[in-house]
Amino acid sequence: MEKEKNHILKEVTNSEYKWGFVTDIEMDTATVGLTEDTVRFISAKKNEPEFLLEYRLKAYKKWLEMEQPQWAHLKIPIINYQDIIYYAAPKKKKELSSLDEVDPALLETFKKLGISLDEQKKLSGVAVDAVIDSVSVKTTFTETLSKQGIIFCSFSDAVQNHPDLVKQYMGSVVPYGDNYFAALNSAVFSDGSFCYIPKGVRCPVELSTYFRINAANTGQFERTLIIADEGAYVSYMEGCTAPQRDENQLHAAIVEIVAMKDAEVKYSTVQNWYPGDKNGLGGIFNFVTKRGICKGSNSKISWTQVETGSAITWKYPSCILLGDHSVGEFYSVAITNNHQQADTGSKMIHLGKNTKSTIISKGISAGFSNNSYRGLVKIAKNATNSRNYSQCDSLLMGDKCGAHTWPYIKAENSSSIIEHEATTSKISEDQLFYCQQRGISTESAIGLIVNGYAKEVLNKLPMEFAVEAQKLLSISLEGSVG
Amino acid sequence: MKNIENSFPLSDKLINNFEVYQDDIKRNDDEEIFNVRKKAFDQFLKLGLPTQALEDWRNTDLTDVYKEEYQHYYDNPGIVEDVDKVFQCNVPHLDTIMLAMLNGRYVSKDEALVKLENGVIYGSFAAALQQYPDIVAAHFAQYADASKSAFTAINTAMAQDGFFIYVPDGVEFKKPLQIVNIINHDKNICLQTRNLIVLGKNTKLCLIHCDDSYNHQKSLSNTVSEIVLGENAILDHYKMQNVNNASTIINATYFEMKDNAQLSSNGLSLNGGILKNSNYVKMNGRACECNIYGLYLMDKKQHIDNLVFIDHLYPNCNSRELFKGILDDSATAVFNGHVVVHKDAQKTNAFQSNKNILLTDKAKVNTKPFLEIYADDVKCSHGATVGQLDNEAMFYIRSRGISEHNAKMLLMYAFADEVIQKISVLPLRYRTEDMVKRRLRGELSVCDQCVLHCSTPEKEYNFEIDLTKV
Repeated sequence: MEKEKNHILKEVTNSEYKWGFVTDIEMDTATVGLTEDTVRFISAKKNEPEFLLEYRLKAYKKWLEMEQPQWAHLKIPIINYQDIIYYAAPKKKKELSSLDEVDPALLETFKKLGISLDEQKKLSGVAVDAVIDSVSVKTTFTETLSKQGIIFCSFSDAVQNHPDLVKQYMGSVVPYGDNYFAALNSAVFSDGSFCYIPKGVRCPVELSTYFRINAANTGQFERTLIIADEGAYVSYMEGCTAPQRDENQLHAAIVEIVAMKDAEVKYSTVQNWYPGDKNGLGGIFNFVTKRGICKGSNSKISWTQVETGSAITWKYPSCILLGDHSVGEFYSVAITNNHQQADTGSKMIHLGKNTKSTIISKGISAGFSNNSYRGLVKIAKNATNSRNYSQCDSLLMGDKCGAHTWPYIKAENSSSIIEHEATTSKISEDQLFYCQQRGISTESAIGLIVNGYAKEVLNKLPMEFAVEAQKLLSISLEGSVG
Repeated sequence: MKNIENSFPLSDKLINNFEVYQDDIKRNDDEEIFNVRKKAFDQFLKLGLPTQALEDWRNTDLTDVYKEEYQHYYDNPGIVEDVDKVFQCNVPHLDTIMLAMLNGRYVSKDEALVKLENGVIYGSFAAALQQYPDIVAAHFAQYADASKSAFTAINTAMAQDGFFIYVPDGVEFKKPLQIVNIINHDKNICLQTRNLIVLGKNTKLCLIHCDDSYNHQKSLSNTVSEIVLGENAILDHYKMQNVNNASTIINATYFEMKDNAQLSSNGLSLNGGILKNSNYVKMNGRACECNIYGLYLMDKKQHIDNLVFIDHLYPNCNSRELFKGILDDSATAVFNGHVVVHKDAQKTNAFQSNKNILLTDKAKVNTKPFLEIYADDVKCSHGATVGQLDNEAMFYIRSRGISEHNAKMLLMYAFADEVIQKISVLPLRYRTEDMVKRRLRGELSVCDQCVLHCSTPEKEYNFEIDLTKV
């Protein structure tokens, strides 16, 4: 059995990336490197108002003063920021009015990804905003949504059509000087998604963005801004893939969520950037700042993420619970294989009274990978009667990988309760034996156990995503999952 | 990790003292040991005093301590009246061999170093440097890594005295050894204490180490203990801390464990200004077992920082940590647990637990139980909770006619009891139970006879014996 297990583990470590194709689309790119001119070029290219250019330049100046953070448990190769193309867009031929006019090569890409826009539109009722190499290509369902007053469009459209909203909320949750990568993004972001749900509206469909890095040597820097006004509800999904290349590519995104009184935002991510080959060559560096603020009372923000891709992940979706009775949730499954590295977790900052937060994090490490959970739970003095529950489990497959947990807990009042629990173990021999005894092969048994282990989080995903996530889970640990 | 350039009055004084008193520092040393000291001193120059920029110190701010003026930085001649009277133990029925230390110096009416028939040696570290240089040289500064901690570095460089215990192979030492370290000086003092305990193969020892203070002068006590457990050695280690609110204690204990060694360490912190306890356990052998327990009951503006670092290097080792604390007033507590399981340390079990009760809104807890695991066949877990007394339990007790005050006492005591029950020396456990109860009632300061009169400046103690003559 040991032999068989080793065989399976070997297969796990040998599995290949399925989305590594490149689409040949004519691209419009900025010159390599980052200078003030690059920032101005991007801003001019997008015909941005003055305030945004100023914001970018401020961010750029701040970025120059900052240093790349070293505290994460990651080995990050030196990144040459002057060797990256900061803007790449599919060449625009003319304004698109219907799906038929979209570049067929692009459509083909999305078909390969399994998110045919056309099909999605008809069958699943999911509104998709597809972002390819940092530029939003097509947003479906805009009309249906706009009837209800919902704004769902690309970030650049929002800048053109709703500059007031952008000006008011952009940078209000993640200020440009927040961290190194946030500053970089604020300076050079090219596009992203924008979503505004007006008062009392429950978004009828699930909103979705698909990110894809296509061009070589480009970095992807997109921004997502979601505003849920009083009593609004929205479920938002994000998926990502990239072609297979030998070089590392940088992805530094910002996601900001603002939830007003009684609003609820559910943000789900299935992250499947190219993780590099089995020798750790290539892959995406995924350095993302995601943060939501529960501004009003009784608001709720929920993050769900399935992280299977990226060579290096540095990501801490956070909630600032400012409103009284607000709720923050974080559900995560992070799988690392081969030479992948992940340092991910969540921050819950309790500021309002009676605020609640839950963190469920499941890490699976295989191959030579390192998977760390790093989280902060802070309960401020005035956040009386607050409650936090955190659970971080790690599963180790093979003896060359590592699993680490760094929970920071700061409690500053006496009426709050914080609980943190974590375990690290391998798949228990008892569990395997039990399954095998009942005629389940080792492979299926491991699949069963891993799926069961991640179930708690997968259950939180919207239906469409849950299916995809489960598929991903199988592929990431191919050979071991039935 | 970055250490910002820092220079404080304290580091300047310490550096100056090392140079001024160099002849005195090396008076007991052979060349080899003095070289170790010089190296450690260079490390100190390199590191500088730790600031909050360092991960291990990020929640403990010592800037005020660093700025404090102390009258003595190296030589601390104390005064003692009657060794037996001062160092009487207040634990009834506890039959121990008592070693006394005053301001970090070993005090005894008889010889400074006792050698028993079975080969056990105990007494002053300074005397051991002279009389047993081989034993000391084999272990001194071998486990306490001066390159990581500035306090350890300066201690290695300057510390003169402390206690020394050597248990040769095969000896089971029945009677508990008790070390009472009292800080008593009419001036503000800064002192360095160095302890070395060597347990040979198949040995057994119970060690009780108490830190007390007599007066209300400010003090900074930097203690480094190196404790070696040979194969199959069993050590029961108790550390009691009960010093005045103006005292700062920086205490680092380095345990080195060989195959099959068993360690149980129980830290009880009842009072003190700023307490920083670092326990470094290196499991340098197979099938070791270590249990590290801690209980802290802090109030006023007291601060406690417990750091436990457990290094699992070999397979089949178990480690368990349980730290519990009750924080009142503006007290703050820090817990830093760090377990590393190395690649080859398969079949490791490591458990960490830190539980805190906050009684007021001004009290603060920062806890970070951290696991770093590179082996797959392991069972590791950690847990941390911060909360308050359970309302339902409170209601249950009160509905049975028990007053709120008593119900509170009962619940707090029950919370602390889990750690107290781990004390295996019965008289000590009963005494601790009693002390914890008094502490919770706020009565520790008024008990007679007790040396633990933490917050009663009125009490006067006069000692007239010059330590240098003892």
